[in-house]
Amino acid sequence: MRKFWFAAAVSVPTLLLAYPSVRWLYAPNWLGGSVSEPLVWWLFVLSGAITLPVMAYSGRQFFTGAWAALKHHSADMNTLIALGTSAAWVYSTVALLLPRLFPEGMAEPFYDVTAVVIALVVLGQAIEVRAKGQTSQAIRKLIGLQAKTARVLRGGAEMEVPVEDVALGDIVVVRPGEKIPVDGVVVDGRSAVDESIITGESLPVDKGVEDDVVGATVNTTGSFKFRATRVGRDTALAQIVKMVQDAMGSKAPIARLVDVVSSYFVPAVMILSVITFLAWFNFGPSPAIAFAVVTAVTVLIIACPCAVGMAVPMSLVAGVGKGAEHGVLIRNGEALQVASRLTTIVLDKTGTITRGKPELTDVLPAAGRDAKALLRFAAAADRPSEHPLAQAIVAGARDRALEPPEPSAFEAVPGHGVATTVEGHAVHVGNLKLMTRENVDVAPVQEHVARLQEEGKTAMYVAVDGAIAGVVAVADTIKEDSVEAIRVMMDLGLEVVMLTGDNPRTAAAIARQVGIDRVLAEVLPEDKAMEVHKLKAAGGKVGMVGDGINDAPALVEADVGFAIGTGTDVAIEAADVTLMSGSLKGVAYAIEVSKATMRNAKESLFGAFLYNSVGIPIAAGVLYPFFGLLLSPLIAGAAMAASSVTVVMNANRLRFFRARSFSGAPTAAARTQEVTT
Amino acid sequence: MTAAQWIVNLAGLAAITWIVWYFWLYRKDGVQAALVAGAQQVDVIVKGGYTPDVITVRAGTPVRLNFTRRESSLCSETVVFDGIDRSAKLPEGETVAVEFTPERAGEIPFQCQMGMLRGKVVVTE
Repeated sequence: MRKFWFAAAVSVPTLLLAYPSVRWLYAPNWLGGSVSEPLVWWLFVLSGAITLPVMAYSGRQFFTGAWAALKHHSADMNTLIALGTSAAWVYSTVALLLPRLFPEGMAEPFYDVTAVVIALVVLGQAIEVRAKGQTSQAIRKLIGLQAKTARVLRGGAEMEVPVEDVALGDIVVVRPGEKIPVDGVVVDGRSAVDESIITGESLPVDKGVEDDVVGATVNTTGSFKFRATRVGRDTALAQIVKMVQDAMGSKAPIARLVDVVSSYFVPAVMILSVITFLAWFNFGPSPAIAFAVVTAVTVLIIACPCAVGMAVPMSLVAGVGKGAEHGVLIRNGEALQVASRLTTIVLDKTGTITRGKPELTDVLPAAGRDAKALLRFAAAADRPSEHPLAQAIVAGARDRALEPPEPSAFEAVPGHGVATTVEGHAVHVGNLKLMTRENVDVAPVQEHVARLQEEGKTAMYVAVDGAIAGVVAVADTIKEDSVEAIRVMMDLGLEVVMLTGDNPRTAAAIARQVGIDRVLAEVLPEDKAMEVHKLKAAGGKVGMVGDGINDAPALVEADVGFAIGTGTDVAIEAADVTLMSGSLKGVAYAIEVSKATMRNAKESLFGAFLYNSVGIPIAAGVLYPFFGLLLSPLIAGAAMAASSVTVVMNANRLRFFRARSFSGAPTAAARTQEVTT
Repeated sequence: MTAAQWIVNLAGLAAITWIVWYFWLYRKDGVQAALVAGAQQVDVIVKGGYTPDVITVRAGTPVRLNFTRRESSLCSETVVFDGIDRSAKLPEGETVAVEFTPERAGEIPFQCQMGMLRGKVVVTE
């Protein structure tokens, strides 16, 4: 800012001198109200002399930058400012020292242009730097999540070391409330860990021996020791930071068009400036040379290649950062641009819309039987079984505070179910085939079974001592916010398609619950990519959301692949957008952010193009023949400085973007700023 | 037209011709990368442009470009390799290595984020 203040201080007297109408300020009445010609000449000489240090000090970077660019056969904003201000200075000096070179009355110096333009552009750059810092706030927040120190065991003693000094294999001690410094595997102790920073999951996750822990997540009440398995730039957080940084530095396809313009822009402006000079020199009114110099300088100064060049990158940085705040990692500018234009979104059912693991949903006793007793028998019978459905029933019973007893005899009947003895009673749990084999009459519960199947659930009969006792049902349940997320996607105008390997009935049941009309059922894992391809061939821009390894080909085939809630490396590799949480809301959010970012970039780009394509002709004086209007180079300098600041400010507006998919508070990254180590 | 007018007009046309030639038509020579510790390495100075800005390498061998930014201009703070999805922040005064292995012959352009400064890696078989 010192550079600005110096230039501004010099600007004031040069400005006062340049305008004869304000000369009374320094030539008061008691001096006769006028200044003699020789005094004015000397004052101009003085003002030329004090403008030199403005160029050498405040505007130094323009001249060194322009020279460096020139050596590379390129030209940039520095070139334009350096040329414009020095042309004004040289013309003024020649006019002052050798007025006879010019026709009578044409030798008017204007040192004020040099000083004021440098002051304004330096001020604009200072504002721009500050605003740019705000745009990339998200990345600083992410880096700030890292713990500063770690407590490690060395030589049998606990010692606190900077987190950079933690080595692979170190045993790290984590106390209640502390942040976990690096990634590792628990070797001793137990606690619940708040992993919301990485996964977006708000409930703390229980961690015991052999469980993985992730750096930057926060321990709650217990304490434990873990062995460091990933440190330094290999930790999950460091990878995330790198991914976000790479994305911020990448190019959106829309910016490639801008590149073509940028590469021709500055030389083209220089040529326009020469043409402007010649036009005024040959056809302009008297004093033609003064008009020619002023307009040529104004053209150089008003042109703003920065506004054009910065428009897309600034919005991209803000947009990618906004995504990261909610655990949405957008790989690059291209992914962001395509995501903003999606027409169709394909959701894998299992693990994406649903939780991906079966849960006990219904316990329906036959008439005269007790539900608790039914579940207790069913869970006891299933206890030794490793089948996922059996495990779901046992877990369901435990969730309802029922501890199933150990069966005294157990036989798994493949394809049928289990036959067991529980507390002296013969208990059979399984499908209709098992009941038929055991001659059990299922008519009393058949109505229940039909309804459960209609709902897409897997119903299992439970018979006790040869009589039907009831049915229990297991189903993959829907994640709690899937319905809302799908509604937001539809509100955004997307066609939502569900893709699943399940049978059409189960698929339709889930689809109905979440409000999806279009279902592609019984799709084998290897055919998922083909289905996505077909949707693309039908003319849509297709996004695919999946959660695991078997979705990877479909994620790659889609225009935009979203990997949901995993952090598994394979899915991240294959995906254009990685959602750290398991919630589908992240997909809706990613699309909303993409749309907002692209809209913002286009606004800036349009504004910048409009500014230059209107500003340059006006600066060249096209309005003069019609309205007698000529732009002052001082106003051009102010406009130029303001135009690039406007682009950065516009990108900053994205920081206040509120998505429909996250109407609540911002997540993890923002929130955990308050958590200290 | 007076002699002065002739001189000014001809000088103007000469200036335009020079701008077209110097900024658009001039072809630069490339610098061949040297093999250092198994990688084709080139030190690139970032100041008003990239020196060198045309770098020739062979396909299939890792490339290491050591960028050192010797200016504070905001323009050059990020270098973007568009075709290979790589970018790097270049803090002033620090040397930042960008490494990649070109698979096939062709050109890999690099530039500042705004596309004002440009360079390219020419990959030969």
